[in-house]
Amino acid sequence: MCVEMKDQLFGKNLNELQDLSLALGLPKFTGKQLADWLYKKEISSIDEMSNLSKKARDLLNEKYEFGLSIPSKVQVSIDGTKKYLFPTSHNKFIETAMIPDDDRKTVCVSTQVGCKMGCLFCMTGKQGFQGQLTAGEIVNQIRSIEEYGEVSNIVYMGMGEPFDNLDAVLKSLEILTSEWGFAMSPRRITVSSIGIIPAMIRFLNESEAHLAISLHTPFDEERRKLMPVQIAYPIAEVVNEIKGWDFGRQRRVSFEYILFKGLNDSAYHVRELTRLLAGIRCRINLIRFHPVPGTPLESPDEETITSFRDQLTAKDITTTIRASRGQDIYAACGLLSTKELMS
Amino acid sequence: MGHINQQFCIFDDKSTTMAKAAEYSRSEIPLFTVKVIENVELSPGVFLISWRSQLHFIPGQVVKIAVDRLQPPRIYSVCSGNSGDIMSVLFNIKEEGYLTPRLARYVAGDHLLVSAPYGSFHGDHDPAYWIATGTGISPFYSMFQSGLSHNKVLIHGVSYLNQFYFEEELSWALGGNYIRCCSRESDERVYSGRVTDYLLETNNFPKDYKYYLCGKSLMVVDVRDLLISKGIPYENIFAEIYF
Repeated sequence: MCVEMKDQLFGKNLNELQDLSLALGLPKFTGKQLADWLYKKEISSIDEMSNLSKKARDLLNEKYEFGLSIPSKVQVSIDGTKKYLFPTSHNKFIETAMIPDDDRKTVCVSTQVGCKMGCLFCMTGKQGFQGQLTAGEIVNQIRSIEEYGEVSNIVYMGMGEPFDNLDAVLKSLEILTSEWGFAMSPRRITVSSIGIIPAMIRFLNESEAHLAISLHTPFDEERRKLMPVQIAYPIAEVVNEIKGWDFGRQRRVSFEYILFKGLNDSAYHVRELTRLLAGIRCRINLIRFHPVPGTPLESPDEETITSFRDQLTAKDITTTIRASRGQDIYAACGLLSTKELMS
Repeated sequence: MGHINQQFCIFDDKSTTMAKAAEYSRSEIPLFTVKVIENVELSPGVFLISWRSQLHFIPGQVVKIAVDRLQPPRIYSVCSGNSGDIMSVLFNIKEEGYLTPRLARYVAGDHLLVSAPYGSFHGDHDPAYWIATGTGISPFYSMFQSGLSHNKVLIHGVSYLNQFYFEEELSWALGGNYIRCCSRESDERVYSGRVTDYLLETNNFPKDYKYYLCGKSLMVVDVRDLLISKGIPYENIFAEIYF
């Protein structure tokens, strides 16, 4: 017997919900009602949609399921950081981190199962690429965690390269920021990329969320060895594209910079970073490197990290050192899911 | 025998639209029209398409290719030497894609949109290992045809024996420095298993050689980790990923 997989409602945008309502012979406004139930109320089944008729719910149940997926595992760090593990199809896993900080709760979502980009320092890349997440699977990482309702910020910095799954990422942003959806401010959302230029341009055009670029070294030769994407999209071209973009007063661009001992932590790098980013109103986030298995890179000591920040600050570049969180729970992207895959 | 090098060309052929393609024009390298002189199927579903070109390039570089301006172009490694007037790329058919099924139907005289070569995955005269899987052999064949093979070891991994593109020529020229790994068929001339199996069983890789890797991301990551575990400095490893 062939069992037909039901399509999922969660993750559809308003147009799709209206279209599917019409296709079922329901009024178009049912689409808006569905959006309310999916994105504004805390229910998890079609049968709980109490302002729809029994007939409408039956019709929906025949073809669709609600579409939420609960985490299969959660780990809690001594600092309060949580890492959720969500199962995906084919026995794969994705990770979602929830990072509390004073009155903020930031959720770090994944956009792909694995990753194609092969960065030397990244654990997710060691899984290879195993699949794209749908918009529903991305938004589910916010909707299905215990802290749903308290989430203040969202960062697309989990597993995968968001701009390699841009259609789903943009759709998830639409659901998160639309009035009919979660109605979050796009200013509370940051999408981080290694800098795939055509997708970056489309993202800047079609979204209002903040942009973060993984920079990690301003030098071409060094970056190629850390990040193979440099061959196709050199950081200088990425930055040039950003320089030509009007971010306005509200939208922010930042650069992520993982510090590696003896590799990208010198005064020479400070000078070149300053030259590269001249003319961009931006922030640099310095990140401590937490070694992953099989990677020949180390983190510099605290003195070097602080000095690097101070040198950039002295050049009038706003620079912060990101606090390391959740180190006791495999907080680096890909560590927990890789461990789960291998167990 | 074609190498579909689609590294970082992130859009599914079928998922993009005309409007999107237009938006990308700001950052796109210009495309110009060339006339195809040959399109040969080297093994089932894998083609080498060629056109005349006077453009200088460094072996290892890539070009963007499109059959029209409705869809964003895709990126392929050049798969020909830099001393002649013919440029080629190797591609395999992605059945659900937009570009490659159309490209496979091209014959001599058809017109193709191509960019100037670019990219920084450059071959040189230093001693090196060239490690590829599938159509990832393209940049190395270009380097080979450009006269850079005298101190190189080429390791090529494929699933089936008929995927050793350019086998005769490479075997004749490189002899024992041409190592073929086949994971799903066996033959006395080739190593039975994956490239990673071969590397795992092999020791004494020279630490002062360069190691060029080209293939899918998981292969590149696995091979890079293996080489690093065998003492090769990561600074000597150059990777080009395609998908």
